[in-house]
Amino acid sequence: MIELRELTRLYGDTVAVDRLSFRVDAGETLVLVGDSGCGKTTTLKMINRLVEPSSGQILVDGDDVTSVPGHLLRRRIGYAFQAVGLFPHMTVSENVGVTPRLLGWERERIEERVDALLRRVELEPADYRGRWPHELSGGQQQRVGIARALAAEPELLLLDEPFGALDPLTRDRLQRWFQGLRRELSLTVVFVTHDMVEALLIGDRIAVLRAGRLVQVGRPAELLRAPADDRVAELLATPRRQSEVFERLLAREPT
Amino acid sequence: MSEQLALLPGLLTAHLQLALVALALGTLLSVPTGVLVTRRRSLEPGILGVASVLQTIPSLALLAIMVPLLAALGGFTASAFGVELRSIGYLPAIIALTLYSVLPILRNTVTGIEGVDPALSEAARGVGMTDGERLRRVELPLAAPVIVAGVRTAAVWVVGTATLSTPVGAPSLGNYIFSGLQTRNTTAVLVGCAAAALLALFLDQTIRLLESGAAARSRRRWGAAAAVLLALYAYTGASFVAGRASAGARPVVRIGAKSFTEQYILSEMLALQLRRRTGGPAEIVPSLGSTVAFDALRAGDLDVYVDYSGTIFATIMKRTDPFVSREAVLEQVLRFLADEHGIESAGALGFQNTYALGMRADRAAQLGVKTISDLTGAAGTLEIGGDYEFFQRVEWKALEERYGLAFAAQRSMDPALMYEAVRAGDVDVISAFSTDGRIAAYDLVLLEDDRGVIPPYDALVLTGPALEERAPGARAALGALEGAIDEATMQRLNMAVDAEGRSPESVARAFLDGLP
Ligand SMILES: Nc1ncnc2c1ncn2[C@@H]1O[C@H](COP(=O)(O)OP(=O)(O)O)[C@@H](O)[C@H]1O
Ligand SMILES: [Mg+2]
Repeated sequence: MIELRELTRLYGDTVAVDRLSFRVDAGETLVLVGDSGCGKTTTLKMINRLVEPSSGQILVDGDDVTSVPGHLLRRRIGYAFQAVGLFPHMTVSENVGVTPRLLGWERERIEERVDALLRRVELEPADYRGRWPHELSGGQQQRVGIARALAAEPELLLLDEPFGALDPLTRDRLQRWFQGLRRELSLTVVFVTHDMVEALLIGDRIAVLRAGRLVQVGRPAELLRAPADDRVAELLATPRRQSEVFERLLAREPT
Repeated sequence: MSEQLALLPGLLTAHLQLALVALALGTLLSVPTGVLVTRRRSLEPGILGVASVLQTIPSLALLAIMVPLLAALGGFTASAFGVELRSIGYLPAIIALTLYSVLPILRNTVTGIEGVDPALSEAARGVGMTDGERLRRVELPLAAPVIVAGVRTAAVWVVGTATLSTPVGAPSLGNYIFSGLQTRNTTAVLVGCAAAALLALFLDQTIRLLESGAAARSRRRWGAAAAVLLALYAYTGASFVAGRASAGARPVVRIGAKSFTEQYILSEMLALQLRRRTGGPAEIVPSLGSTVAFDALRAGDLDVYVDYSGTIFATIMKRTDPFVSREAVLEQVLRFLADEHGIESAGALGFQNTYALGMRADRAAQLGVKTISDLTGAAGTLEIGGDYEFFQRVEWKALEERYGLAFAAQRSMDPALMYEAVRAGDVDVISAFSTDGRIAAYDLVLLEDDRGVIPPYDALVLTGPALEERAPGARAALGALEGAIDEATMQRLNMAVDAEGRSPESVARAFLDGLP
């Protein structure tokens, strides 16, 4: 369970996040959507204390996140960066196993875990284990980044546009895989995306941010039924508009 | 040549020891300091500033200044903690070389860590690393190629600068260069320079391999380079331990030599005399800086060396007043040394090596000049050549004043060139050293100091406080040489080395064998 209370972060005069409050229940996936620069990444980084809030409070499972040292908190929370950030001097398996190593897991347990995760993100361990990050495509790097976030069996997961660089087919498979995984492990997830289709597909609830403020939060159906304002309505209409374009194209095609 | 090459393994090992130890210490000092600087930005100007200033100190001066510093510090640590510090030899050389290696390593550590992509530093925190883990597991490995490049720069500097350890009493390839230059032994100079250059090149290439291996994350490449370096460290470490073990077995008498031919011959002679008469080991520390030898004797790091009464009188006692007589100066100097520094003389060898004005014999005859007074009238049409320090010395000021000398021109030059210049007629008068072999060989005459301006320079065998303890009977053995060498003899011995190319050791041995 994650709870944000009146969370604010200033960068000089810029208000990156503005009195943001919401709750993510255990086992729930909350998707953060909003324009670029609206404060999604900053919010995510405050949850695991990569960025300290200017004011406000964050509770994880009822405890203030400042009650434990930051690095211990972060070992319990999986994080996939928007910029991926694989360590270039570590192989794929070293990257994935980095947090378990910090936690002092046994070598064999780490190796098994790494291989299982690589398989899950569709990278055959025998082929990819020993590769360097620069030998991977952008999409492959993203998948390794997700595996790294999951490696230490966290119950909480923060994912910053994790499928952004994937080709549509792989993205589709991984989105479905992720749905299965998070249910199976009853993960609590905050998922950032700017893709509304993805948001509707993955989110138990969706939170719409604008200029650092929460505009609306609710189940997809609630948002679709009663959008808070025109711009939310427009945002939610994008998938439908796309599918209409798609339908029209199909109809025009002589069969 | 083969005689020179026989010294090579020892000197190369000693040189490698100095360079590798300084480099290791420099790295151990600079990398953490560099890390500190990246963590506390406010320290950067101060720390990098100090390192840059250290770098601008001429390397020879940095080495030389360590000797009196350590002597002073050693006095303190001995009285406060009972810890004796050696003011000459490895310690000052290692300290100076270490300081000299700091800047490139420090600068590259800072640059390397600052160059790490901030996204990766953040990712390191994101996966749960502490600050220390982030440094060790991400930032330092990513900065490693840049840091290693700094070590590589430092390695080349240190190997070159280590040749200057010789004047502070640490044997190095500089032994070849310093003694070779002074005794006009070109082979020795070339062997020393070539060996130092090859060593620098070898270390440079080995570390380059380490650097490129680290950059390319080729474990095989940097592993090979690391293995070579480890082997070098193991070798120098083992030879150091072996040297210590054999040295610890028996106290060795240490004999100093300043860096000119006469000193090389006399130190060999004293060493030989001690070995023959006391049966104990004696070792020569060659090519010391002039005041380094005195400081080391005083501090007990040397047991014996030859110095000259006038040098002590002028540079140590700082006396500028006119002297009374040769005997009076000698007496005052000996009393001063015993009272102030606990240094005794085992006897005067019998000759003086003084500054003297020298001319070609034919030219002197032609001008009718026998004494310096005779020069006064003719000086306006004559040119004088002197060694680098001569025209700054009190002797020259006194000569100018008391004889009213005003030459048409005065030129500073290398002592070796000075004799050639007067021989060829490029200058008319030179500031000769009275025992130099070339005076006789080039048919020069020394003008009489008829007004007694130049102080006497009696060669004295000075002995330190611990000599008798280290080698019982040593003082008596050295005392047997009292008065054994007159000026003409010393000229002849110098000539045998400088012009005939014999080794100081063989000349010294032949002389001792010829004594009754
Ligand atoms: N380290 C920072 N320094 C200054 N401004 C920042 C920093 N990080 C983010 N911002 C600003 O805060 C706002 C929110 O950024 P971010 O959270 O990255 O947005 P999003 O992830 O939604 O695109 C933006 O205006 C951005 O320029
Ligand atoms: Mg973002």
